[in-house]
Amino acid sequence: MTTDGLAPALRRRRSPGVWLRRSLLGVGGVLLVALLWEGYKLLGPEEGVLVGDARVLPRTTDLAMPHVWEMLARLASGTTRAPSADPLWFTVGEAALVTFGIAAAGWLVGVAVGMALALVMLRWRLAQASLLPWVVLSQTVPLIAFAPLVRSWGARLELGAFEWQDWMSVALIASYLAFFPVAVGALRGLESPDTLHAELFRSYGVGWWRTVLRLRLPASVPYLLPALRLAAANAVVGAVVAEVSTGLQGGIGRLLVQFAGQASGDPAKAWGPIFGAVVLGLVAAGSVALLGGTLRNYRRGEVSA
Amino acid sequence: MIHLTILRRGTMKHSRRRLTTLAAVGLTAALSLTACAGGGTDSAEAEGDLTPVKLQLQWLPQGQFAGYYTALEQGYFEEEGLEVEIIPSGGDIVPQDALANGEVDYAIAWVPKVLGSIEAGANITNVAQIFQRSGTLQVAWADSGIESVADFPGKRIGSWGFGNEWEIFASMAAQGVDASTVEIITQDFNMNAFLQGDIDAAQAMTYNEYAQLLETVNPDTGELYQPSDFTVIDYNEEGGSMLQDAVWADTERLESDEEYQETTVAFLKAVVKGWIHAAEDPEAAADTTIAEGSGWGYSHELWMVNETNKLIWPSENGIGVIDEAAWDQTVSLALETVNETGAAIITEEPPASAWTNEWIQQALDELEGEDLDLTGEGFEPIEVELTEGGQ
Repeated sequence: MTTDGLAPALRRRRSPGVWLRRSLLGVGGVLLVALLWEGYKLLGPEEGVLVGDARVLPRTTDLAMPHVWEMLARLASGTTRAPSADPLWFTVGEAALVTFGIAAAGWLVGVAVGMALALVMLRWRLAQASLLPWVVLSQTVPLIAFAPLVRSWGARLELGAFEWQDWMSVALIASYLAFFPVAVGALRGLESPDTLHAELFRSYGVGWWRTVLRLRLPASVPYLLPALRLAAANAVVGAVVAEVSTGLQGGIGRLLVQFAGQASGDPAKAWGPIFGAVVLGLVAAGSVALLGGTLRNYRRGEVSA
Repeated sequence: MIHLTILRRGTMKHSRRRLTTLAAVGLTAALSLTACAGGGTDSAEAEGDLTPVKLQLQWLPQGQFAGYYTALEQGYFEEEGLEVEIIPSGGDIVPQDALANGEVDYAIAWVPKVLGSIEAGANITNVAQIFQRSGTLQVAWADSGIESVADFPGKRIGSWGFGNEWEIFASMAAQGVDASTVEIITQDFNMNAFLQGDIDAAQAMTYNEYAQLLETVNPDTGELYQPSDFTVIDYNEEGGSMLQDAVWADTERLESDEEYQETTVAFLKAVVKGWIHAAEDPEAAADTTIAEGSGWGYSHELWMVNETNKLIWPSENGIGVIDEAAWDQTVSLALETVNETGAAIITEEPPASAWTNEWIQQALDELEGEDLDLTGEGFEPIEVELTEGGQ
């Protein structure tokens, strides 16, 4: 059992060659998407592919699908033609950073709330029976209905010197989407140790908290990491949508709407913030992967999980 | 089993160190975030004498709101003793709701949309009708044969929805067009659906979407589209135009709160001065809104300011004064018009408190002595040359 469990942990220390191959594969994947895009644009019908009245593949006009190089060139040129304008990639990058900060704050809150909920549900069966349906139900509330309400409550909230900022509404909405996978994943993880192990702890007279800390929490890591990654993706989506919904300035969601409005005269520009959002999602998921790296020693179980 | 426990204890030790490091990193990140966010609060305390005022717009900062931003930039609000914060919308923030909920002190919104909110219980008052006419157009291709609302039957007509469709339905009703023969299609923020032929006539504001068309390269000629490529239907001439951008205030506070009454007059005075400045110097106004975060290029922004000016000026009775006939037309259209679902905007006349000229008149009277063109007699729009993509 021990040798079986150890082998993957050892294998995980990869040689530089593996990393090189992986990055080449990554670059190749991006190139493939670009090739597919250009290939379809070249060969596909101008009017797109229609099944009945429904368009299943987009039009191939420059308006609907700008060339890859045009989009890249647009990123390099100025956001507007004003001499003082920043290049588009800079504007997008700046906005992506703002959104990343908000999403990160939302993620932290979401993870904290999710973990707390999981612990409560672990501690009391009754809590699990009564809370879990609500946790699931909470995710069915449409975000666009919920976002203006949050901002509206926030705008009226004042606690002494503390004043609710608009970005906090967005972070709160991001956390609302982020807590769900954490709560569900952490609960499964915390319940994952064999009864045998739990009983061993009990027979040694180890308390509940200590059992959680020493047995259940380490055992939950393989379940928790995918949940944290999902939470990161959810937080980014939540932040972008909430920015649009509440009209927050400065983030990528705002740029998406703003540049979409300019897409008739400047079709390539609208893709800038879309690329920004993609990179943002990758960075968010990547940050969690880094976190997973530091918890490597707990991940043995992932093999048997 | 024992072996496993030992092993686990061994790894636990340095994992704990890792966890501590992680926690420290997380804490630092959280602290720096709060530090960044903390900067915004102390500015309000610095100017103790100014009355804080929040103004909710109905969209992103852009030339449509040039007068308010100009008033801010030129310090007109401050001269009147106000510290104004302009809050853009951009998605699901409904200005009249934000005002009715007490989140803001004033809001900019279209009259028909607010009439619906008032009937639903919002207690707010139109205190200044900034736009004297409607800026809504329906644009079709010149060779499409669509020249007026009467030509709509059997056609696919674009609209943004969310209350922007009422002028279309009102005009169709005014011209006896059976609305069930017209297909209303929800339109995006840009004109691509129209350019690609998914809709036959697209809704467009004179100050924004129409310019977007003229900023697009015609693939057949390689040059920008020209006005002659399109037929433009102006709702002001179709019998269904309704009043648009107006300043709304809280009815209850207007009735009982003297300080709010004074603030309203002061606020309107600064707004009037802002719009007069924007009319006199549209270039500066365009610079101002760009600096406030409008993402448009300069030529588009300047076009927007110029077209917005045309909707305001001339104002025969003075800027912001509500023309009772125009108000009554909007109300009666709101009562009579039904959309595709059979719903009307309102079912009964709005209360008398829905509008008043009291405060704008007071503001205009106080400005009378100053050398200001309050009616826009001498207003001359400029010629704006659009460039590709509105850059």
